[in-house]
Amino acid sequence: MKSGNRLALLGLQNAPLILFVVVLLTFGLMSDRFLAIANFRNIVIQAAPIGILAIGMTFVLLTAQIDLSIGATMYLTASVLALAFTGLPWPVALLLVTVLAAVVGAINGLIVTVLGVASFITTLSTLFVLRGVAMWMSETRTLPFPDRITDLNRAGVLGIPSAILAFAAIFALAWVVLHQTAFGRQIYAVGEDAEAARKAGIPAKRITFACFVICALCAGVGGFVTVTQIGAVGPKYGDQVEFAAVAAAVLGGVSLFGGRGSVAGTVFGAILIKTVQNGLNIVNADPYIYPLVTGSIIFLAVAVDGLRTRILDTLNRRTIRPLQAN
Amino acid sequence: MSPPAPLLLVEGIRKSFFGVEVLHGVSFTLGRGEALGLVGENGSGKSTSMNILGGVHQPDAGTMLVEGQPYRPADPGAAIAAGIAFIHQELNLFGNLTIEDNLFIDNFPRRGGLPFINRSAIRKSTQDHLAQVDLDLAPTTPVARLSQGERQLVEIAKALSRNARLIIFDEPTTSLTRREVARLFGLVAKLKARGIGIIYISHALDDVMAVCERVTVLRDGAVVGTGTSRDLGVPRLISLMVGRSIETIFPQRTAPPRPSDVLAVTNLGQPGVAEAITFTIRAGEVVGLAGLMGSGRSELARMIFGLDPFRSGTIAVEGVELRDPTPARAMAAGIAFLTEDRRGEGLLMEAPIADNAVLASLRSVANALGLIDGKRVAAASRTMAQKVRLSTDRVEDTLVKHLSGGNQQKVVIGKWLMRAPRLFILDEPTRGIDVGAKQEVYRIINALVEAGSAVLLISSEIEELMGLSDRILTISRGELTGGFDRLDFDREAIMTAAAVGADHAKVSS
Repeated sequence: MKSGNRLALLGLQNAPLILFVVVLLTFGLMSDRFLAIANFRNIVIQAAPIGILAIGMTFVLLTAQIDLSIGATMYLTASVLALAFTGLPWPVALLLVTVLAAVVGAINGLIVTVLGVASFITTLSTLFVLRGVAMWMSETRTLPFPDRITDLNRAGVLGIPSAILAFAAIFALAWVVLHQTAFGRQIYAVGEDAEAARKAGIPAKRITFACFVICALCAGVGGFVTVTQIGAVGPKYGDQVEFAAVAAAVLGGVSLFGGRGSVAGTVFGAILIKTVQNGLNIVNADPYIYPLVTGSIIFLAVAVDGLRTRILDTLNRRTIRPLQAN
Repeated sequence: MSPPAPLLLVEGIRKSFFGVEVLHGVSFTLGRGEALGLVGENGSGKSTSMNILGGVHQPDAGTMLVEGQPYRPADPGAAIAAGIAFIHQELNLFGNLTIEDNLFIDNFPRRGGLPFINRSAIRKSTQDHLAQVDLDLAPTTPVARLSQGERQLVEIAKALSRNARLIIFDEPTTSLTRREVARLFGLVAKLKARGIGIIYISHALDDVMAVCERVTVLRDGAVVGTGTSRDLGVPRLISLMVGRSIETIFPQRTAPPRPSDVLAVTNLGQPGVAEAITFTIRAGEVVGLAGLMGSGRSELARMIFGLDPFRSGTIAVEGVELRDPTPARAMAAGIAFLTEDRRGEGLLMEAPIADNAVLASLRSVANALGLIDGKRVAAASRTMAQKVRLSTDRVEDTLVKHLSGGNQQKVVIGKWLMRAPRLFILDEPTRGIDVGAKQEVYRIINALVEAGSAVLLISSEIEELMGLSDRILTISRGELTGGFDRLDFDREAIMTAAAVGADHAKVSS
């Protein structure tokens, strides 16, 4: 029974990977277009905006907080961009977007760390406030972007599309910060036990604050990449992406209780979600079925995670006396 | 020439919380290579004093000098930087990180001027410091895999890596096995030989005597006595702590056990945990269970209460077999269980006393419609509060987290007493609580037994078992290895029986 458990555990630990292979095989069998290289390129391009958002969300989740306002942050920054800065060269526009996003993140971070309001409530309110401000500014119109920004979507370096470059760069940066810097390791410590972190001399509040800023920065950049892809910003822009971002992170093994997971998992989660949607698209599935399938996969991944924890508990239960061979 | 300044001089420290002064001018000194014991009941000001020393709180008045230099840490980081390490009872390690990450979490060495962690440097340094505490583990081992004793050694290694001059230990032995305690004491001696000062806080006065040259006693936020361990002795310490002398810690019981069995356990077995366990407890009887940590004593209790599974054997309460026990069925049969981890399993810390008190007997405080009746809750919890002599009767607006450890324990006990249990299983009922509160717990146990209930008492303190039990059973490696009647109680024999085969116990993960 014990070896059976270990085998099951091995399967469960690699469940997202197995799920990914199953998805690939299923859609591959249903359509020969699905497994083409060009299609994978497409999937990663489509996954880039949500992946970038989810990387930012991972920072906040690692500290055992949540940021529900990233979609609204996207909407606000893109609206400001469309209203005021379309005449600027794109690097300057991107810089202004990130600065504005950082301000939003700083407000979230301050309310959570200084006023001590639960992040769920804080960011739920900023979600409505930011969306309200953006709608008021844009008078709920759909604002177009000039070619100089939408052309970025077709641009690239050495044949690698700009969206993939941005995705890869943010992932690499986030990975290095989380694994190779003191700040990154301290994020994990704060997420595991904020009080213990404080007693160990770690500036827990400052770190939580910084994670909200990073999350909002990613929302700004992810919003910018989305803008280059769809070319306009309207009232539905960025609506509910926070849930897709949380889903991608959780699918990749990030714990909502903090301290567990990595951005590599998050990137994988984002790509898995987009692979499923892309596959459904290619096999011409009923659009109403998309959320159903995506939801089921997220549920499956979370259920598997629960099962894995339970089996681990059983395996780690102490044995006091030698087990008789029988 | 003046003599060199002591390692630490604390003079006249005062501290108030919310306008209430809790420290009224605490003073003590500590020399290099010396161990000072700090003892006192819960609420005597030990923790506050040490939190001030460790930078968690700031004093309102008074001075602290470390090696003659003024010392006033603004936060825990400043204390660590000044060479003062605080090893808390609840260890401050992060299970999700590796040993090396834990050692350097607030102070990672970097590569040149870059923000990147210098991995090779921390690995080397971690290996050195683990060797100094005789811990043979890879620096990359996740802390979640370590035992409590190993984690404590990692904390000490961390203190050493910061060049700590002074290490504060807060109740370091409560969750250690006997062997781990011996290893810890050996290490403390080595630290002292290196000139490191030790402040040792514990309710286990024997441990304090074994480790410390001098002891300072606190009561109600003031120092009431300081002296060498040899001069003071345990009885004098206790009377200083409680402010009166306690002749008999264990109250006398008048009624003998009755003939009828309340609990009958027959041939209980579970592979890897327990083997052929058979015993009974009579009405009005206290049976003590003596065993080392990891002997299976808590597991046995958990099986009887339906928390852990067993494969063979039967459990009967008052002659009726308890089939497929679950906690709900065990409770319905009249069993109550006080777990060893009151914070984790027994109490809702954020809820008021009343809510905790009625938690196990919600039906009894419901009205005819099945809705909880606030008046009955208040009345029932006030009765409970009087029964266990709680420090407050404001049961509806005092949160449990604001109570002292001893009073918290009384709330858990009171919660179960409300159900008038036939069998009360108490796992480490007095761990971490002070002498006065201990005595109250003993009194409650006696009252329960005299009313005809049965008690299974698990404790690491052999005196406690001998003082309260009618019979003592010893357990080792999941097997009962001995039974002693009150008249035959013999400390040595019981400890030997409890340690049978323990060295060969296979504790695997």
